[in-house]
Amino acid sequence: MTAPMHDTTTDVDEPAPVAAEATAESKAKKVEGRSLKQIAWNRLKQDKVALAGGIVVVLLVVVSVFAPVLVSLFGHPPNEGNLDQLEDLTNLPKGALGGISGDHLFGVEPNTGRDVFSRIVYGARISMLVAVLAAAVAVVLGTLFGIIAGYFGGWVDAIISRVMDVLLSFPQLLFIIALVSVLPDDLLGLSGSGVRIATLVLVIGLFGWPYIGRIVRGQTLSLREREYVEAARSLGGGSRHILFRELLPNLVAPITVYTTLMIPTNILTEAALSFLGAGVRPPTASWGGMLRDALSVYEHDPMFMVFPGLAIFLTVLAFNLFGDGLRDALDPKGTR
Amino acid sequence: MLAYLIRRLGAVIVMVLVVLLTTFVIFYMLPKWAGQDLAVLFAGKNSGAEQLEGIRQKLGLSDPLLVQFAEFVKGIPFGRDFGSGNNVTHCPSPCLGYSFRTEAPVWETIKDALPVTAAMAVGAAVLWLLGGVAVGVVSALKRGSIWDRSAMVVALSGVSMPIFFTGMIAMGIFVHSLGWLHIDDSLSSNDSIGTWVETLILPWIVLAFLQAAMYARLTRATMLEVLGEDYIRTARAKGVTEPVVIRRHALRSTMTPILTVFGLDLGILMGGAILTETTFNLPGLGREAVQAIDGKDLPMILGVTLCMSLAIAFANLIVDLMYAVIDPRVRLG
Repeated sequence: MTAPMHDTTTDVDEPAPVAAEATAESKAKKVEGRSLKQIAWNRLKQDKVALAGGIVVVLLVVVSVFAPVLVSLFGHPPNEGNLDQLEDLTNLPKGALGGISGDHLFGVEPNTGRDVFSRIVYGARISMLVAVLAAAVAVVLGTLFGIIAGYFGGWVDAIISRVMDVLLSFPQLLFIIALVSVLPDDLLGLSGSGVRIATLVLVIGLFGWPYIGRIVRGQTLSLREREYVEAARSLGGGSRHILFRELLPNLVAPITVYTTLMIPTNILTEAALSFLGAGVRPPTASWGGMLRDALSVYEHDPMFMVFPGLAIFLTVLAFNLFGDGLRDALDPKGTR
Repeated sequence: MLAYLIRRLGAVIVMVLVVLLTTFVIFYMLPKWAGQDLAVLFAGKNSGAEQLEGIRQKLGLSDPLLVQFAEFVKGIPFGRDFGSGNNVTHCPSPCLGYSFRTEAPVWETIKDALPVTAAMAVGAAVLWLLGGVAVGVVSALKRGSIWDRSAMVVALSGVSMPIFFTGMIAMGIFVHSLGWLHIDDSLSSNDSIGTWVETLILPWIVLAFLQAAMYARLTRATMLEVLGEDYIRTARAKGVTEPVVIRRHALRSTMTPILTVFGLDLGILMGGAILTETTFNLPGLGREAVQAIDGKDLPMILGVTLCMSLAIAFANLIVDLMYAVIDPRVRLG
C-alpha cells in the first residue's frame, strides 16, 4: 500500500513515522524529517532507467509543442506530396530504405510521397494531445467518484462500484470504435479534426476512469479511518472540506503514479483506433493511421512501417519506465 | 455449489442485459440525435419515401425505444417475425435481426466468424498464462540472475508494443521473407486442424506476447512472497521434496492473484483479438465488427457486442470457479 504523501504546502498533519522510517533507510547524515516528496525525488534521481524514460517523455513534449518549427527546419509540410520521390510504376519510394536521404530524414510515404519525418513529428502531437487530455478526463472523473464512493460508502458506493464493474466488463475497444463511428461530425461547435480529437478524448477518458476510480476508492477506504480525518470532523469540518482538503492531498501520490501509467495505455488505444480507421481523419497525420496505410505495402516497403511502429513503442516504453520508477519512488514498501 | 452457480448465472444475465441495453440505446439513439435516419442507413440514401416508410414499418423503427429493445431481446430465445400481413419474414431463434449491409441474418454471420475468434482467443490465453507463469516461476527461483533481469525487460517491451506492429513484423519475417507459414484468410470449419494451427500460430504468439511477460513479473512477485510463508517452511520441514513444495503448495496460492488479473484482462484479450484479426486479415468477429462499423451496420454491431460481452462474462464465471479448484482455502457459496 502506498503511504500518504506529506505535502508541505497543505496543513494536513500527517504523523511522522513514515518520513522518519524512510529517512533512516536513505543514507542521510542529518536525522531530520524530510517530506515524502523530497525522499521520492532522491530515489527517482538514483533510478537511471526511470530518469531516461522521463527525459524521453520531456523530449516528446518538446517535439509535439515545436512540431511546426522542427518540420520547417528539417522536413517538408506533412501533407505535401513529393511525387518526384516515387518510382513511376510501383509508386514506391526511390532509393534504398524507403527513400531515406538528407532531404527526407525518414524517407517518404509510398503512393503519396509525403515526408515521413514531418508526419511522425505531427503524429506525436495527436498522440500526446489525445492521451494526456483523455487521462485528465479519467483522473477528474475517477478521483471524484472514487473518493465519494470510498468516503460515503453504503448505497452511494454500491452504485458507483457497479457502474465501474459494468464499464470494466465492456468489450471496450469494440465499443469505442463503434461509438466514434456513430458520433456526428459536428460536435460542441467544433469542426474538422478537432471534433474527432474531442470525441477520442471523451470516449477514451470515459472508459478509463474506473481504473483510477478503483484505486482512489480503495485508498480512501483506508484513509477515512485515520485519526486526522476524525480530528477534522470533530473540529466541525464538513464533508467537502474532508474530501478535498484532508483526503485529496493524501491521494496525490497514487493518482500521479496511475496517471503516468495511464497515458501509455491511452497512446496505444489512440493508435489502435487510428489503425482501425476510427481515429483522427486523414490527411491529419497519426502514428496508428500511418501503420494502417503501411499494412497494405509493408511487404514492399518495410521502412514505412518501422518508423511509426518504433515511435509508438518508444513513447509507450518511456512512459511505462518513468511510471514504474515513480511508483517505486513514492512507495516506501515497494510491493512490486 | 449449485446455488452459487445459479446465482452467478443470474448475475451474468443481468450484466449482459445492461451492456446490451446501453449498446442498444447508444447505437439506436445517437444516430437519431445526430439527424440520421435508421431507415436511410438500411436502404441507402437514394431510396424513395414510400420504400423508407415500408422499412420503418417492417423493422418497427417507429415504435418507442423500449418496445424495440423488448422485441429484440424476445427474438433471441423465441425467434421473431418481421412485417405484417402477407409480407412476413420469419427470423428463427436465436434472432439478432438482419444485417443492414448484406441483408443476411446476423446470427448466421456470427456463427461462421465465432470459431475463428474463439480459437484465437483461447489459444492465446492458454499460451500467455502457461508461458507467463512458467517464466515467472523460474525467475522467482533464480532471483537476480541474468534470466530474471531479461524477463523484466521483455515484460516492459511486451506491453509497450502495439499489437498490430508486432503482428506486421512477425508476418513480414515468417510469412513473406522466410515463407515458413501460410496465412489463410478464409478459415472455415471444413479446413483441417493443420491449416487452423498454421494460420493461428502467429496470432497466438503475437497476442500472448502482449501480456505473457507481464504475468511473468506478477507470478515472480507473488511466488517470492508465498515462498516466505510459514506453511512452505512446514512443508519443507516434514520432508516434502522441493519440486512438490513448488508445485503443490507454492504454485497454488500464487495462481489466485494471477487469475484475478486474468479476469480483468479479458477485455484486453477481446480488443487484442479485433486488432490481430485486422492485422492478419482473419475472418473472425473482429473483422466482422470493423466492417460493420465502417458500414454503420447497427444490427451487426449489436450482435457482435452481445457475443463479446457474453464471452467476457462467462470467462469471468469460469475464472471464479477456477479459484475453488486451485486454492483449497476458497469456499464458494
